[in-house]
Amino acid sequence: MSSPTAAAPPEAELAATAAEERVSVASNWTLVWWRFRKHRLALFCTLLLIGFYLVVLVPDFFATQDPEATDAKQAFIPAQPLHLFNAGQLGLWAPAVAGKRNAITLRMEWQVDETRRIPVGVFVQGEPYKLLGLIETDRHLLGPASGDAKDRLYLLGTDRLGRDQWSRLMFGTRTSMTIGMIAVAFSIVLGVILGGISGYFGGLPDLIIQRLVELLQSLPTIPIWLALTAALPQDWRPEQVFFAITLILSLLGWTTLAREVRGRFLALREEDFVLAAELAGCSRMRIITRHMVPTFMSHIIATSTLAIPVMIINETSLSFLGLGLRPPAISWGVLLQEAQNIQTVALAPWLLVPGLVVIVAVLAFNLVGDGLRDAADPYTH
Amino acid sequence: MSAPVLLEVKHLRKYFPIRRGLLQRVAGNVRAVDDVSFTIAAGETLGLVGESGCGKTTVSRCILRAYTPTSGELNFHTKEGRTVDLARLSRAELRPLRPQMQMIFQDPYGSLNPRMTLFDIVGEPLLVNGLRDRQARTDQVAELLRLVGLRPEYMQRFPHAFSGGQRQRIGIARALALNPRLVVADEPVSALDVSVQAQILNLLLELQKRLSLTYLFVAHNLGVVKHICDRVAVMYVGQLVELGETQALFQAPRHPYTAALLAAVPVPDPAVRSGDVELKGDVPSPANPPSGCYFHPRCPFAAEVCRTEAPVNREVAPGRFVSCHRADELQLPGVVQ
Ligand SMILES: Nc1ncnc2c1ncn2[C@@H]1O[C@H](COP(=O)(O)OP(=O)(O)OP(=O)(O)O)[C@@H](O)[C@H]1O
Ligand code: SF4
Ligand SMILES: [Mg+2]
Repeated sequence: MSSPTAAAPPEAELAATAAEERVSVASNWTLVWWRFRKHRLALFCTLLLIGFYLVVLVPDFFATQDPEATDAKQAFIPAQPLHLFNAGQLGLWAPAVAGKRNAITLRMEWQVDETRRIPVGVFVQGEPYKLLGLIETDRHLLGPASGDAKDRLYLLGTDRLGRDQWSRLMFGTRTSMTIGMIAVAFSIVLGVILGGISGYFGGLPDLIIQRLVELLQSLPTIPIWLALTAALPQDWRPEQVFFAITLILSLLGWTTLAREVRGRFLALREEDFVLAAELAGCSRMRIITRHMVPTFMSHIIATSTLAIPVMIINETSLSFLGLGLRPPAISWGVLLQEAQNIQTVALAPWLLVPGLVVIVAVLAFNLVGDGLRDAADPYTH
Repeated sequence: MSAPVLLEVKHLRKYFPIRRGLLQRVAGNVRAVDDVSFTIAAGETLGLVGESGCGKTTVSRCILRAYTPTSGELNFHTKEGRTVDLARLSRAELRPLRPQMQMIFQDPYGSLNPRMTLFDIVGEPLLVNGLRDRQARTDQVAELLRLVGLRPEYMQRFPHAFSGGQRQRIGIARALALNPRLVVADEPVSALDVSVQAQILNLLLELQKRLSLTYLFVAHNLGVVKHICDRVAVMYVGQLVELGETQALFQAPRHPYTAALLAAVPVPDPAVRSGDVELKGDVPSPANPPSGCYFHPRCPFAAEVCRTEAPVNREVAPGRFVSCHRADELQLPGVVQ
């Protein structure tokens, strides 16, 4: 090819080289992101989880009322579903409810009255609270905008004490999601340190840690939880119980991660590039932090994402059985525990909504975790 | 053979304990290297040859002190003119000596950290040995890349952008970054395509001339060794069976195992071959070696004494060491060059 026109490569070829160039300078995190964003479902679930964590950050803002306020006259009000369109136009409203006492049972029976519409506003004034515990404000995301104090908004109805279920759900979300996160964070710390010692140094420490892991893994979890949580003093404040439950969950939950980290360290110890670093004169600290940990970091993150829903389920089950958090603390498990009777299922099915929320959150975590794992380690599946 | 000795390996042994049971008691030893002695002169290339599992990698890693030898001496002559026994040094004492001896790995994929760019990979030895200035490091890395035939513009790329041969060049650049005296190359071409092997071998030869390097060159067949080594040491189940100048060893092997390895070397004209020693069976395990001469179950010349008595390594001609009871009587076929 000696003709002068052949010297300039065609445009398509140039584009191909540019793409190749982009790949060759792409770091591992970039590659992981490129692979992760191909999972549409995982991406959608990530957004969902971001939404959940916004609630965790500022539950008061999302709540419409005080979650603790009881009102016996407002018990078992059904959900007033939020409507987006009013008379063909964008406009939030919810139907009002009307109560009538049943002459035979003497129970208040509430009916949703679609004809009476309560307009719903955004960023409305309501209960004062401190945003993030810092800024004094009384703005809430949603609230009745009619100006009539008798118009109350129960988006998910009320429970047997007349407490607003939606607001309680917001605060329950904060507790349950936080427990999941903190318990996993503790597990990661324990798992990475103990697994790292075990895998990097081997020998006697490895022997002891491995036997401990086996012991913990062979114990049946439910009786252990029962024993440990039953041992918590009855008069502890909710925060103390919260902390203790988190600790119990993570003390039992670090073993899987420790195994994994140990395995990675064992495999990496034999890698040539680790030996090369050693021969170059790198310190132990540098070898661990620059050569070993970064190669399995993305994997640890994926594993942790998959561990969070397990913790959430654990907390929910414990509280549901009455062994975890107890009222006045609010968590998904506590909400479900309060709904655990035939009367609720028959008369106030809206009180089971927290169960749906648990399912959605757990599914979202699992899908994101799976997506992350595939993206972090495309060859191991 | 008047060049000064750079490294003297004396009675090197490396046993890996076999642990069993809940308490991990030592149930035996894998004698991966069992009493190996040789010297490497400054500027020469010594080949270390043997089938898979003979202990070549273990010898290399002991020399570089990636493993701590079970016993023996590794007398190394440093740049500063001292002689130190590497086998006895602690991790901290070794660190200042590390730059003088480096390694080229077999696997071009596993030997480069996939999370680091070329700049970080080749520049790391410089960084940890005190070259903190980034610009100076960039210049040196560029220089090193040019030296091994890679374009300095590739510096920001990750290893996944390169082919096996190119990766091996990156590994060589990293090994040379600290200006070593001794380079241990553990099968540096056996994982590469045949077409690329010659390029890498030529690069190694060229670099040796330019930088006056000393090589310990490990290979599992004698074919590669012929072009690059001054002397060859043949290993079998953790022991040296023959050592000598390449030319002499190829023309007239004195140990049946060497002859068998030579028979596996492809030659242009098969007619020149006669009376080849064929290699049957497998290498025995170093955890449970045969009695007497370790080679006797596979040796076509084995006599009664071979089954019971281990031959001693002796100098049969100047610079020629063999361990075989029948070294003097056997007439073994070589490769005419
Ligand atoms: N870390 C170890 N623990 C236990 N045994 C080992 C270890 N490293 C090597 N061995 C054993 O020591 C013997 C020699 O191994 P080595 O890797 O040195 O052989 P090699 O000649 O380099 O073989 P190859 O051509 O396969 O690389 C083998 O039998 C091997 O199983
Ligand atoms: S000592 Fe005997 S068995 Fe061993 S190589 Fe020599 S002849 Fe063969
Ligand atoms: Mg090897």
